[in-house]
Amino acid sequence: MKEFEYTIKDELGLHARPAGLLVKQAATYQSKLTIEKVGGKSADLKRLFGVMGLAVKCGETVKVTAEGEDEAAAAEALEEFFKANF
Amino acid sequence: MEQIKGVAASKGISIGSVLLYQTGDPKVSKKQTNDVLGEIARFEAAVQTAVATLGELHERALQTVGEKEAAVFEIHQMMLEDLDFLEGVKDCITSESCNAEYAVQQAGGQLAEMFAGMDDEYMRERASDVRDVSARVVRVLCGCDGNPLEGVKGQVIVAAEDLMPSETIQMDTSKVLAFVTRLGSKISHSAILARTMGIPAVVGLREGFDTLKAGQEIIVDGFNGDVYLGPDEKTLAHFKNERDLYLEKKRVLRSLIGKRAVSLDGKEIEINANIGHPADIALCEENDAGGIGLFRSEFLYMESQDFPSEDFQFESYRDILQKMAGKRVIVRTLDLGADKHAPYFKLPHEDNPAMGYRAIRICLRQPDIFITQLRALHRASVFGKLAIMFPMITSLKEVLEIKKVVALVKCQLDEEHIPYSKEIEYGIMIETPAAVMATDLLAREVDFFSIGTNDLTQYTLACDRMNASLSELYDPRNLSVLRMIALTVRNAHKAGIWAGICGESAGDLELTGLYLKLGVDELSVSPASVLEVRNKVLHTDSREVDDSMLNLYTV
Repeated sequence: MKEFEYTIKDELGLHARPAGLLVKQAATYQSKLTIEKVGGKSADLKRLFGVMGLAVKCGETVKVTAEGEDEAAAAEALEEFFKANF
Repeated sequence: MEQIKGVAASKGISIGSVLLYQTGDPKVSKKQTNDVLGEIARFEAAVQTAVATLGELHERALQTVGEKEAAVFEIHQMMLEDLDFLEGVKDCITSESCNAEYAVQQAGGQLAEMFAGMDDEYMRERASDVRDVSARVVRVLCGCDGNPLEGVKGQVIVAAEDLMPSETIQMDTSKVLAFVTRLGSKISHSAILARTMGIPAVVGLREGFDTLKAGQEIIVDGFNGDVYLGPDEKTLAHFKNERDLYLEKKRVLRSLIGKRAVSLDGKEIEINANIGHPADIALCEENDAGGIGLFRSEFLYMESQDFPSEDFQFESYRDILQKMAGKRVIVRTLDLGADKHAPYFKLPHEDNPAMGYRAIRICLRQPDIFITQLRALHRASVFGKLAIMFPMITSLKEVLEIKKVVALVKCQLDEEHIPYSKEIEYGIMIETPAAVMATDLLAREVDFFSIGTNDLTQYTLACDRMNASLSELYDPRNLSVLRMIALTVRNAHKAGIWAGICGESAGDLELTGLYLKLGVDELSVSPASVLEVRNKVLHTDSREVDDSMLNLYTV
């Protein structure tokens, strides 16, 4: 299992369009991917409404967990995605 | 006559008759089915069609309103392809043996409610996106997915519960004078689109919306968020006049796009825009700014949780320069302190922050922060026309220290074989009386001056600009402040460099004539003021400008 934490810097939080792209990218991996708002709910990273439903705001931290064959690649690519978009 | 109040969402005034526009889902009733698989197949086909239509709308919006506003249709596509939505609908069809239309409405409604219940304004607005996509699928299912405003004849004011993004974009603006809605806020998609397309709009009328009747004559005042129902002669005449004045002014200003700002006696002045966020670049383009005269780099610091990295800054500067496509961008280095803070800087509490540890003082004492920013700026410089400006200068010594740091940064980049432009201009803000009094010496060391009249007024008049009780004393048109400007421009020209003004009073139309007379080379104003200032310059003869205010003996 691989995981990383990231604190959202975008003022709108995990907003719709990049969240959509994030979900699209997540869907390209075999691994089970979970996003958890630290101290809050968690959701399947491959589901847009689930991810948006977490209502992650600017300044809040999320933990992303990858579990499966390509977990290392998935975690690495997703962390990059967070850095570049949120 | 009745008056109802909402939120002013898009500027302008319109007078016309109301078209009550029924939005949302067509009437859907629950029907039992024996063919669950058939309903699922119908649903899947409808989703395909809806996704394809959204693709077309996205293309169309890209061309008419730009990438940022068009993104909503991409989001809608993603929502339609989301497993939560797809499974929600299929589960409903299966478990209730019902028709697809009903299942879409149920599943979409549940998701919309989830968003509507969030405690975040941005996310609450997404409920209308979910309703929009569900309604789209339902319309496809029942074969009524044509353009919803197609039948509209003549010019009308569209009154709707809440206009969905796809509806606003499809509006034929030649038929629609304005729109008013019961729901929505300044940041809902419809409001943003209305502004981009230049149609007046008042949103969020709430219960006041119920008083609107089809065919009734109303006035929509998009400046103040007012709607007048069945206006009397006097009100009507007033607003017709207001509307015509606004349209005429807008027409005149739009006609100045692409023109240079040259006065009647042939003096040209560069008119640029002040901005504080990359998102504002669109406003610069829309208002035809000559370039960016002040790009406040604080957003990079204030939107971060920690010091922004060199790469992160580099990418931001590069994007800005590329978007401005060769037009000059003057980036002001870090100007934190005083009223602007980022917690991770851990700035000590000060009794008098306006005169405290801020701006260039931080940069020179904490060179790591400064060097990171300068490296990022230099690396980005090859992507456009960059100028770098240093704030809060009070002495020649500071300028010489800055130049040493710049030389060090260039030296580092040379060693690392990283390219940077050799054409970068380096300038300083003239915003303290100390700097003004040394402009003859400072001018020999830099490429340009930009006068920051906000702080210059505050420091010259020893008057805190945040103190509301002193607002009468805080006067950028004060004789001493104007003399400071005059001296600065004179000394700049003696040394052969240019001088501009980037404070609020750069946009003061009462002073435009004086600036021309003094020979100010550049004015940097808020994007929305660019064309107004250009208009003023075009109608001014600087030989006729009265500059007695520089010598006026008044009390």
